[in-house]
Amino acid sequence: MKSVIAEHLVKTYRNGEVKALNDLSLDVEEGTVLGVLGPNGAGKTTTVRILATLLKPDSGSATVAGIDVIKHPDKVREQIGLSGQYAAVDETLTGWDNLVMFGRLYHLGRQSSIDRANDLLERFDLTEAARRPIKTYSGGMRRRLDLAASLIVKPKILFLDEPTTGLDPRGRQDMWQVIQELVKGGVTLLLTTQYLEEADQLADEIAVIDRGTVIARGTSDTLKKQVGGERLEITVEPADLDKTNQIVAKISGHATHVDLRTVSAPVLHGSKDLMEALRAMDDAKIHPLDIGLKRPSLDDVFLSLTGHVAEETVQEPVAKRKRGSKR
Amino acid sequence: MKDAIHDAMIITKRQILQLARVPELLVFSTIQPVMFVLLFRYVFGGSIDTGQPGGYVQLLMPGIFVQTVAFTLASTAVGLAEDMKKGLIDRFRSLPISRGAVIIGRTFGDALLNILVLAVMAAAGFAVGWRPTSGILQTTLAFLFLFMFGYALSWIGILVGLSVKEARTVQSVGFLVTFPLTFLSNAFAPTTGMPRALQYFAEWNPVSTMVAACRQLFGLENEFGATANSWPSQNPLETSLLYMVILMAIFIPLSIRKYNNYSN
Repeated sequence: MKSVIAEHLVKTYRNGEVKALNDLSLDVEEGTVLGVLGPNGAGKTTTVRILATLLKPDSGSATVAGIDVIKHPDKVREQIGLSGQYAAVDETLTGWDNLVMFGRLYHLGRQSSIDRANDLLERFDLTEAARRPIKTYSGGMRRRLDLAASLIVKPKILFLDEPTTGLDPRGRQDMWQVIQELVKGGVTLLLTTQYLEEADQLADEIAVIDRGTVIARGTSDTLKKQVGGERLEITVEPADLDKTNQIVAKISGHATHVDLRTVSAPVLHGSKDLMEALRAMDDAKIHPLDIGLKRPSLDDVFLSLTGHVAEETVQEPVAKRKRGSKR
Repeated sequence: MKDAIHDAMIITKRQILQLARVPELLVFSTIQPVMFVLLFRYVFGGSIDTGQPGGYVQLLMPGIFVQTVAFTLASTAVGLAEDMKKGLIDRFRSLPISRGAVIIGRTFGDALLNILVLAVMAAAGFAVGWRPTSGILQTTLAFLFLFMFGYALSWIGILVGLSVKEARTVQSVGFLVTFPLTFLSNAFAPTTGMPRALQYFAEWNPVSTMVAACRQLFGLENEFGATANSWPSQNPLETSLLYMVILMAIFIPLSIRKYNNYSN
């Protein structure tokens, strides 16, 4: 059974000037995790906001737990938990205050709200900080508290919008662990992220979105295969660029990507191809400045799926110019 | 309906908790009105001859009371805008709680804060010579008027807070609206000295009718009605009541509708 279904969602802002969603469809099987992967501005947050009844689409339809989000938002709200990009809690209050308040807003009794708050604080390793104002929390602690607030009534369906954006590696690891435990408990999860690694770690299935529509879907393995698995990447002096390009093209058998001093292309046999490349470079008497294998990044997924990198298009030329001027 | 009140109360309780956790908030909300009392009383009080028994402070206190509750408009708007910016309103909206409970709760919280602020100001006024002479019933009625006026204005604040999304803009807009409103009135100086066009405005200004109503309820003559020849200045109690009813009848439904649709 599908817990979440979105069909042909369209949402525009500023009287149609900005198309946030352009015929977006996706679904999540009950008890599984769908990772919605995409760059900033791809429409991830808009999708979550529509599914969580915070926003009405211009057209299209969506059901959550079999309930129409547009016709019966109140009923949907009883089934879902939502945790957004920013910790949406009252920062002047303590963690405990916040959780008890949310419990009361879910119409748990006073004592049940207190018990639930204590349980959640313990489970998310926040008991020590429970009586401190949220202002004093680290980024990771805030996110955990925010997640705890979305779990008060044990929702069957959970929406997490970029749960680890802005966290340090440690905070990210902690958050992943917490999410993995939730998933073991049987919750259906729709998670948005900018990081392939995160989707890889947490999601059963990944939907890649760009410019408001799903451009690819599948397990992380399928997607990586689509990208071409590992990439061989060699950086050389500009004079050697052409020869290097020929070598890489021969080994890869695919189209190469040439930057100022770097040539890269997908390879199938990893270290074997790397050694072959080293030998070929040596034979040609080219000294590489850097040589190595790269696992596919989100950029690579995007490059291969859309032909453009996973950054906002406005930023791209600026970033390149900066890099160039340093050299 | 029972649920709506329950939910609104939880939101109100949150604001009380905020004051308990950050007592500075309470200090700063009361210090400014008290400062105004002292400044006006001692800076202008000495040079303004009112012809009323008890001197300028008797006229001043109702003016400052009304000015202070008028600023509820800005504080409600700022509080709401900050909650929106932090995503807290989104979180509330994703919960299965009654429509409107979040903003109704906020207006209750701001109203409670007003009671505290009015009490502190009354004490400060008393300390510098303010004495209502009308008896307990009329004095209580005056405070009820002030409380209701603040409450009605906080609904304008809700609409402003929901419409302007940057808290700092909200603050400026709040001041831009409330400062002219409170000064183009009879709150601190008689309207008779103003240019003719401003006089009309000042006479119909709800701040003026509120100030005149409070002065009357605290036991002063209605000097406003004696000097200005308009219906509001001669019937300040009725006019004020009418203004409050009109404001609430317009802004409560508008605000609730805006809240329920604000991101569409």
